[in-house]
Parts: sequence; structure tokens; C-alpha cells
Amino acid sequence: MTKLTLRNVSRTFGSVVAVDDFSLALAQGEFVALLGPSGCGKTTTLRMIAGLLDPSAGTIEMDGEVISSPGSSLPPEKRGMSMIFQSYAIWPNMTVAENVAFGLQVRRVSRAETRTKVEQILDVVQMRHLRDRYPAELSGGQQQRVALARAIVVQPAVLLLDEPLSNLDANLREEMRYEIRRLHDEFHITTVYVTHDQAEAMVTSDRIAVMNQGRVEQVDEPRALYARPRTRFVAGFIGRTNFLDGEVRDGEVAFDRFAIGLEQFAEAPALSGRVSFSLRPQSIRLLRQRPPASSGSSAIPGHVVQRAYLGEHWDYVVRPADSGLQLRVTARPHEVFEVGETVWLEVDPRQMAHIQ
Amino acid sequence: MAPRDASAVTEVVRTGSLAARPVGYRQRWRHVDKSVFLWLFLIGVLLVLVINPLARLFWVSLQHVDTGALTLENYVTAYGRWRYLEALVNSLVLGLSVAVVCTLFGVPMAWAVSRTDMPGKGLVWAAILGTFIVPSYLGAVAWILLAGPNAGWLNRAYMWLTGAAAGPFNIYSMTGLVLIVAAYSFPYMFVFTRSALDMISSEMEDAASTLGAGILRTTLRVTLPLTLPAILAAIIVVFLEAIALFGAPALIALPGRFQVITTMLWQFFEFPPKVQVAAAYSMPLLAITVGLFWLQRRLTGRKGYVAMTGKGGERRPVRLGKWRWVMLGYCLFVTSLSFFLPMVVVLQAAFAKAWGRGFSLDNLTLHNVRFVLVDQPLTKAATLHTFVYGATAAAIALALALCIAYIVQRRLVPFGNALSFLAMAPFVIPGIVLAIGFYAAYTQPPLLLYGTAWILILAFATRFLPIAYANSDAAIRGINPELEDAVRILGGGRLMAIRRVVMPLLKRALAGAFILVFIPATRELSAAIFLYTTGTQVLSVLLFDKSDEGNFEILASIGLILVVITVALVMLGFRLVGRDFMLRRTSA
Repeated sequence: MTKLTLRNVSRTFGSVVAVDDFSLALAQGEFVALLGPSGCGKTTTLRMIAGLLDPSAGTIEMDGEVISSPGSSLPPEKRGMSMIFQSYAIWPNMTVAENVAFGLQVRRVSRAETRTKVEQILDVVQMRHLRDRYPAELSGGQQQRVALARAIVVQPAVLLLDEPLSNLDANLREEMRYEIRRLHDEFHITTVYVTHDQAEAMVTSDRIAVMNQGRVEQVDEPRALYARPRTRFVAGFIGRTNFLDGEVRDGEVAFDRFAIGLEQFAEAPALSGRVSFSLRPQSIRLLRQRPPASSGSSAIPGHVVQRAYLGEHWDYVVRPADSGLQLRVTARPHEVFEVGETVWLEVDPRQMAHIQ
Repeated sequence: MAPRDASAVTEVVRTGSLAARPVGYRQRWRHVDKSVFLWLFLIGVLLVLVINPLARLFWVSLQHVDTGALTLENYVTAYGRWRYLEALVNSLVLGLSVAVVCTLFGVPMAWAVSRTDMPGKGLVWAAILGTFIVPSYLGAVAWILLAGPNAGWLNRAYMWLTGAAAGPFNIYSMTGLVLIVAAYSFPYMFVFTRSALDMISSEMEDAASTLGAGILRTTLRVTLPLTLPAILAAIIVVFLEAIALFGAPALIALPGRFQVITTMLWQFFEFPPKVQVAAAYSMPLLAITVGLFWLQRRLTGRKGYVAMTGKGGERRPVRLGKWRWVMLGYCLFVTSLSFFLPMVVVLQAAFAKAWGRGFSLDNLTLHNVRFVLVDQPLTKAATLHTFVYGATAAAIALALALCIAYIVQRRLVPFGNALSFLAMAPFVIPGIVLAIGFYAAYTQPPLLLYGTAWILILAFATRFLPIAYANSDAAIRGINPELEDAVRILGGGRLMAIRRVVMPLLKRALAGAFILVFIPATRELSAAIFLYTTGTQVLSVLLFDKSDEGNFEILASIGLILVVITVALVMLGFRLVGRDFMLRRTSA
């Protein structure tokens, strides 16, 4: 069931287009991340969903009813959502318990029930022992937990998170990612999560909408996004990759000094003319001997140009024979090759993602 | 888990296929943020307080006295006589002389307190604070006691010392007036210069000394030039203060048989009031003030001087050697003129049976203070009015300023800059001009306020609105808007966000701002004198009214009560906000 729909939403500030023709539908209970570099319009999109900003064009609907349209939007307080802000926005004049209880008081929940719910949610975020502290006496991580508790306790129709982890140190950030996903698995609240950190998005989300310069580049599950990026931007933004440009002719895709049979590609029927592919460094195998011709994979000769040992893996840069291309290859720690050594690159064309 | 379900996940919006329902009026109304009506109301209030009086002032200055037809006759009358022009010239002479004297008083003191090892800085600081606390018209009363011809304390001391038949001092002169006004304006010079000096690190001076310059040379060639923009700004402020002042000039110049702009305006208001001529006559005052404030903004707005931005760096006091006692002597001399001597004679007169009989125990009495506070219904009422009007005006100004600062900062209306301009505009309107505007606007229906306390309260509120606005604006800047967004998204509405989050966080800052408006509102004279009627006197008006009678014991008592009120408020401010709260440069 569709909970939230953004239909061709745009927002301009003066002459600057912050969000450009954004469309997205969230199912009930779905967790979607808006991922992109800073200034790509993801926070603007989130604030429009919250009702803190009006769209310049397009509509936002919740449960089939228009809640935002240019010139007329339901104010944020009537949307039944909650939001976690980059600054946490914990009210410094209220204790932890008062902060958490606020949304319930506004909803005129009885005093006794408020008390029980606050205790429960503080247990969930492991903050009960600090219930009477003021925010100034809490660490960043603890404030973050209060913000989470305050947002979840009202059981919002939609939960919005605006870069909630960007002010935390690295270890805490990793811990809180799992915490956020755990809370989602427990409460199934429809969630929109804004972040510029791909790992955060991958850990927490059901789907990720990658944004660039106000536009959605691709919306997909994390695995699909990584394995089958559809644009050059997405391929480059999510993880590291190699870009290969080629041309389809005579039943082959010709690259710089080597070619791969067209029938081996997953998207073969769609390929024609000039084409580009993204090939992850992990998807290439390095071999000393030419591998036996097997169905599906291609072997290309080359030699090692550069290497770096990073402990968990090797980073190689390999140049296919006579080619101007330099391909990055990730290999396991025991796969040792010297610089200058001649090697065979084993590539599975089905893992090459065709990009625009 | 449902969301991972492929059919739900892969649903993509088919753009346009499912047309959105049209937005009806009902829904539009539901969508409207109702607090918008409050903002509209505030804009209306601002129109009443700022725009209407000024518009009426211009309008009235162009209206024929009898027929109401459009005419320039008022301007001809206002500038057609040498007597009237002379008053304009006198005001300029007064302003310039005061600026010069203030510079001589304030700059060396600021340098001594900020940059040297002069002893007794605390005492000097306290005396300057004390000077701020004495209203200048009370200072004028004190100086009449000190340097009135023949009977003044200084003249009597001179005669006693030299055996001469007459003393040399006559306070009822332009020199006397300049001295008094300067004595109560130099603290501006002090504060401006000092805050500029406080920003200059010793390294800049060291740079000069390593090149072989001595202390004097370094100070004159490096330190002072770096503070020059601040000094120039202060000169403008004290000049404007001097030409817009009513109380002290009226007490000194009228008996001295000369006129300045403000006393002339006062005379136009003597029965029957010639509002039209007064309005025309006040235009140069308004023009000069607006022009110079504009200039002052440009001066302080220039970033060319690193001293204004460069913080940090070590700061060492300049060693003055034996000269430090000379410096202290100078500081004490100046503050004696402004604070110590006046306070001594005011206290003496307030508690004396007859001030001329001097300091002796049998001359002591509580009768004067008792008379003012208890026995005399008029003065008793005036004391009450002073409090009530001041507090009400401060509350109105603050509420208005806070709301305007809020809607401007949060961009709730499209023309925020215009609102903030209006809220700051009274800063450049001399009190006396504002009063004439109020008189012109509210002595007739539909808003007949003249004769009620409201015209005084609203005039005070308008006059000090900029103080309230500058403080509110700074306070609201310190609040992250996300704190309010958090309230709204949880269902709270904007007004609840203000009540539950913004107000509690602003409490201290607002208490400080309230006092900063309350203090000048309790001692305001130049607007009150045009707007009061029988039954709405305040202490400052009463003090001025009673000066005709020559009953200086009562005058001193009234003045003393004003000082006590101010001191109490300042102490309260210190407790609530901290030591610095009165001498911050917020408005300029």
C-alpha cells in the first residue's frame, strides 16, 4: 500500500533549482534513503515532505490526500509525522523525559499513558537512567537517542531523518546505523532518511534514491544499486568503479584494443552504438595463466602498472595489452603480483552494468 | 517483513497517470497557518506607532493653520525670523562644542582604562556607570546648585577663598550648557572608544615599538588612528544627542535668555499650540539626524581597519610610571563634573531644609522626600505613573520587537526587511520630533489618544522600540530554527513552539532587554513634555514643571527618586543578565 507519494516535485530558490521534477512513492512501512552529495536537494526534499517548505511545482500526497502543493500546504503540525534534525533539536529547556513526552502531550494522551510510553521508549533507546537530565548534560550520542525516542514515541505516520549521524564520531556513527535499522524493524514506521554517506544508506534502507543536482538518478534496493548502477553518477558515487566506453559492431562490443561478444552481456538487446559500462574492481579476477574458455567470462591479457597493499585486500592497477585503459582490480591478500608482471584479467560481462 | 516485498518495492510513480485532486477552498483554509493573522496585526501596530506619526508630521507641516489647505506658509513662518534661525545656529554650536568636549573627556579615559596600568580603574568605571544613571536634566539642576550666579556652591567657595564680591561662574550660558550636556554624553564616547581599544592587540603596538617608536609616538600614530572610526561614530552620536536634548537646555538656556531648536519647538507649543509651525520647524532636526546616522553606519560598517575584526593576541597594559597618577587625577576630575559633585549637591538639597544653609546636622530633614512620595497627591501620582507607564511601554515595545524580530528572522512574511527597518526607524527620530508627530496624529478622532496615558505609553514604547528590537534580534539569532521545526513536526504549531521553546530560552535575554527599555522610559522627558496632560504627569515632567518655582529641595528629591529607581533596575539587570548588560553596544 502506498503511504507517501511525491509527484513531479520541484523547488526553486530564486533562480536556483534545488529540486527538479522529483517523483517517488513509498510503501507503508518502507525505509527509503535519499542519498547524494551536499547541495543535491535531498534536505530540501525532506523539508517539503515535512511541510516546512512548499514545493514550487508538483504535489506530495499522503494516504492519497494532497498535503503539499504550490501555494497551499498542510502545516507540519497537522501531518502526524516526526523528524530528526541534523542538530538533533533537543529542547535545552526540557529534561530528557519532557522532551520525549512533548509529542504525546500535544496529542492529549493521558498522563498515565504518557508516562508508560515514555518509560518504554527510553528503555528501547537505553536512556531510561538519564530521564531527568537536561540535554546540556548529555553526550552527542545520547542526544541522538533522545531525538530518536522523541520522534518514535508518537508513532508517526512518517518518520523523517535529516543527516542524523553526521555530527557523531566514526565509531558511534556505525553503532547508530544499526540502531536506526533495529528501531525500524521493531516499529515499521514509513521512513525517509537523508544522508550523504553511502554506507549509512546501505545499512539502514530498503531502497535508496540517489540524487544529483536536484534530480533523482536512480531508485533501487542497495544491492541492485551497487550491482546495476544505471548512470555514471550513481556508479561513481556508490563505491569505486571502472568506466569502460565501447562501441557495438559486428556482434561484439569493441573496447580499446579488446572486444567482448555481445551475446555475453545481460542487456544485450538494448545495446547499440556507443555504450558505457561500469565494472567494479571486485568483479575482475587476476590470473597468471589464461583461464580455460568457459561460458560467460572473457579473458583479457595485460600487465600490472601499480599496486598497493591495504591489509584487507590488494589494490592493483592493470593495463590491458596495448590499451590506453587502466583498470582497478581488488584482489585478496594472498593474490600477489609484481609490478610489470603479465597477467590475465577474467571479466564476467554480466557483471558489467550498462550506464547512461 | 513487508517493505522488502518486491511488488511494494518496485512500485514507481507513473507520473501524471493518477491526477491529483484539485485543492478546494475548504482544504486551502485547513492548510493556512493561522498565526499569519497575528503577524498582520503586528504590522498594523507598527503602522500606528511609526508610520502614522511621521506621515502626519509631514502632512501637518504643509497644512494651513486655519483652512487646512496645502501651503508652504508654515515653513515661511518657521524660518522667517532671525530669532528662530538663531536657535538653529545655537543648536549646531551646542552640538559641535559638546562633541569636542566629549572627545577631550572620553578618549583619554577610555585609553587609560583599556590600555594602561592606571590605578583605581574600578572607581572610574563605577563613576562612569553612575554618570549613565543620572538623567541629564537632573545634572542640570545639580549644576544650577553648583554654579548658579552668586548662590552656587562653586561661586561661594570662590568668594570665600578670594574675598571677591562675586563668583566667576554663570551656568546660565552657552558654556555652562555645553559643559553639562558634555558631562552626560561623554560616556558614549568612552564606551565606543573603549570597545575599539579592547580589540587592538598589543602586537600591533609592539610592531611599532620594535621599529623604534616610543610610547607616546606609538599611541598617537598607531593606537589612536586604529580607533578613529569608533571615535568618529561616537562624535556623531553625542552631537545628535546634544541637539535633540530638551531637559538640560530648557533648564539652562531659557533663564540664560537664549534658544536652541528644542526649546524653540517647546515655545511653539505654548498656548495656543502652533503644531503646523512646530512640525515645519522640526524638519532640519530630523534631516540632520537621519543624515548623520546614515553616515555613522557607513563609518562603523567599513571593514578596512583590521583592529575592528582582529581578536586574540596578547594584551599588555602600557606602563605609565608616575604619569598614572596624573591620568587618574584627570579621570576623577571629569567624573567629578559629571557624577561626584552633582550627586553630593543633589543629596544635600534633597535632605536639606534649605539647600543654601549648607552641610549641617540641623539642616537635615526627610520632609522633602516625604512630601514628594507621600504628602503631595500630584507627586505621589507621578511616581506611580512613572513606574506604570515605563513598565507598560517596555512590555509593549518588547512584545512588538520580539514578534517583529521573529517574523523577520524566520522569513514568515515576504517584506521582512521593511519591517525591521520600521522597527529601527525611531532610533533616528529625536524624541521631541516623535512627540510632535504623535501630537499631530492622535489629538483627533479616529484615534483620540491625547489626554490619556496611552499617548505617553505608546510614545515611550515607540521611542525605545529600537533598543528592544536590537536586543530581541540578537537573542533570536541565537536560537536554532530546527528547535521550532521539531515542535511543529510533532504537532505543536508555531505559537506553541514560541510558548514552549522560544520564550523559555529567551527569558534571560528578554529580562535584560525589558530593563534596558524600562530605564530610559522612566526618565524620558523630551517626548513626555509635549504629550502629558493634567492627570498624566510623570516624575520627569514634574521635575521640569517645578523648576519655575525655584524649590530646589523638591526638585532634588524628585531627581533622587528617579536615580534610585534606575539604580534598582540596573542592579536587577546585573543580577539577571550579568555585569556587562548596560554598556554593551547593541544599538549602534
